[in-house]
Amino acid sequence: MGAQLRALWGWFDARMPSVAEQWRIHAANYYAPKNFNFWYFFGALAMLVLGIQIVSGIFLTMNYKPDANLAFGSVEYIMRDVPGGWLLRYIHSTGASAFFVVVYLHMFRGLLYGSYKQPRELVWIFGVLIYLTLMGEAFFGYLLPWGQMSYWGAQVIVNLFGTVPLIGPDLALWIRGDYVVSDATLNRFFALHVIAFPLVLLGLVVAHILALHDVGSNNPDGIEIKKLKGPDGHPLDGIPFHPYYTVKDLMGAVLFLAIFCFIMFFVPEVGGYFLEYNNFIPADPLKTPQHIAPVWYFTPYYSILRAVPPLFHSQFPGVLAMGVATMILFFLPWLDRSPVKSIRYRGNLYKGALALFVVVFLVLGYLGTEPTTVWGQFGFDAFFLDTKDVATWVARICTVLYFAFFFLMPWYTARDKVLPVPERVTV
Amino acid sequence: MNEQEKPDKTRRNLIVATTAVGGAAALGAAVPFAASMWPSERARAAGAPVEVDISRMAPGELAVVEWRGKPVWVIRRTQEMLASLKAVEARLSDPASKASEQPKYAENEYRSAKPEYMVMEGVCTHLGCSPQLKGLEAKAEMGADWAGGFYCPCHGSKFDLAGRVFRGAPAPVNLKVPPYEFVSDGTLVIGEDKEKKGA
Repeated sequence: MGAQLRALWGWFDARMPSVAEQWRIHAANYYAPKNFNFWYFFGALAMLVLGIQIVSGIFLTMNYKPDANLAFGSVEYIMRDVPGGWLLRYIHSTGASAFFVVVYLHMFRGLLYGSYKQPRELVWIFGVLIYLTLMGEAFFGYLLPWGQMSYWGAQVIVNLFGTVPLIGPDLALWIRGDYVVSDATLNRFFALHVIAFPLVLLGLVVAHILALHDVGSNNPDGIEIKKLKGPDGHPLDGIPFHPYYTVKDLMGAVLFLAIFCFIMFFVPEVGGYFLEYNNFIPADPLKTPQHIAPVWYFTPYYSILRAVPPLFHSQFPGVLAMGVATMILFFLPWLDRSPVKSIRYRGNLYKGALALFVVVFLVLGYLGTEPTTVWGQFGFDAFFLDTKDVATWVARICTVLYFAFFFLMPWYTARDKVLPVPERVTV
Repeated sequence: MNEQEKPDKTRRNLIVATTAVGGAAALGAAVPFAASMWPSERARAAGAPVEVDISRMAPGELAVVEWRGKPVWVIRRTQEMLASLKAVEARLSDPASKASEQPKYAENEYRSAKPEYMVMEGVCTHLGCSPQLKGLEAKAEMGADWAGGFYCPCHGSKFDLAGRVFRGAPAPVNLKVPPYEFVSDGTLVIGEDKEKKGA
């Protein structure tokens, strides 16, 4: 049997040697730094979730109907009548939030260890493109259940494009395909969600990994392991990705899936954060729900949008601020002027800035889930208080700090007192 | 560089020209795809005016009517409600509705053809949510100086009973007033007026 299998493989390999070659390039002979820690699980986990979403999504489309009259009912049908339909849907809804959890942690890893810095700028840029595509994918998917939050969320986001000067109203009309969010909008969002964006996402993931494997992985010390090679030509501080990191990532996947299953089986709504309660009400174009908020992964940007007051009778400045808040990520490799990569050898300026940024991001995220009146109003009046809502002012301060983290980066990273970086990785 | 390595100018030009023409053709081929995303003829046709029976509206009542898929509000305003319009003026961002959209006959202090009946689109000028009526009973939540009006649950914009936006809200201009006309004492038509018919 064994001999026959080997013969079969030999036959295959003789005709298509590139399969074995790719395996060597990207796994068996890809040398990764030996000091990867906890933060290095999330890239592989993001790919795992992508797989989960594609598979569960394919089976959901078998029973879902992209029609304004049928969509809400078809989701209920999946939940109640399709065998195991509830499981498919909860896998997909938990997967959506899990995707953003691992992607946010993966991006934070980049900030910790300077993984975006030279020579990995392209890896980072492809990563930001993946993040933006993922946001679009999540947004399109969120309209499909055709609940109240789906409808009004789409209404708000499409109208964001309507605020662009000059072409705005036509652009929003073109995106919706109707004068209001309607059946036409639902149908096209379905097409984009199940075909267009997943294809783009897969292509970007391939580009992200190819770019990474060409320059080699960064590590918690921010050292280029390719600088020191042994007599065999392999980096002294490197170990082959397979079997060392395939096994490590497999363990991460097991732990991740345990948490994933716990949420999916016991608390799939996560208190209204993963599945919003208002979305269990069918879309009603005449009535906006009492309290509307996007799903948690959009809320930091939603807070920024809300915090910026209109200028010259246009709400475009808020939309622009939100757009810049995401686009600024592309420029990170050039904003950071520190001679070292890893947080381990950076000074207090960067450490403090990063800590403050994390706090600001979380506060903005929290405020985005709540109404602007959540922290009450100031008890006094002043000429500069255009609104007395405390939460709006906190969001404004956080918005300024969010941008300060990026815009002041060239200044504080250049002045930071850095520590000497060792020759070899520390374990 | 010997003769053979020199690029053949004729061939190079041919490649450049065919690439340019081919690229333009490919771009042109994208037009019908993008154009298919504009509203269909069916979507364009839907949008006829709607008739509202206002004869049985109680003072202070709000009626919501669907016109072109959007909520349109008709409020029968009381004397106190009309008086509140003057009182809040100092706190509005566009009290005279100079930067806002309304038909000619609504360009007045009440923003309506008949002061008693306010007609406006219930669509927030910020990002399109539908605000909610908050009467005087909502003072606890809306602030002590609240005189009644509308509150947008999405981004917190506040409007008075003529749809005029308060300062400090993300909404840039007042709520839009659609074209409308009283065809008899008790009937209102939304989406059509004398000016439109004449044109």
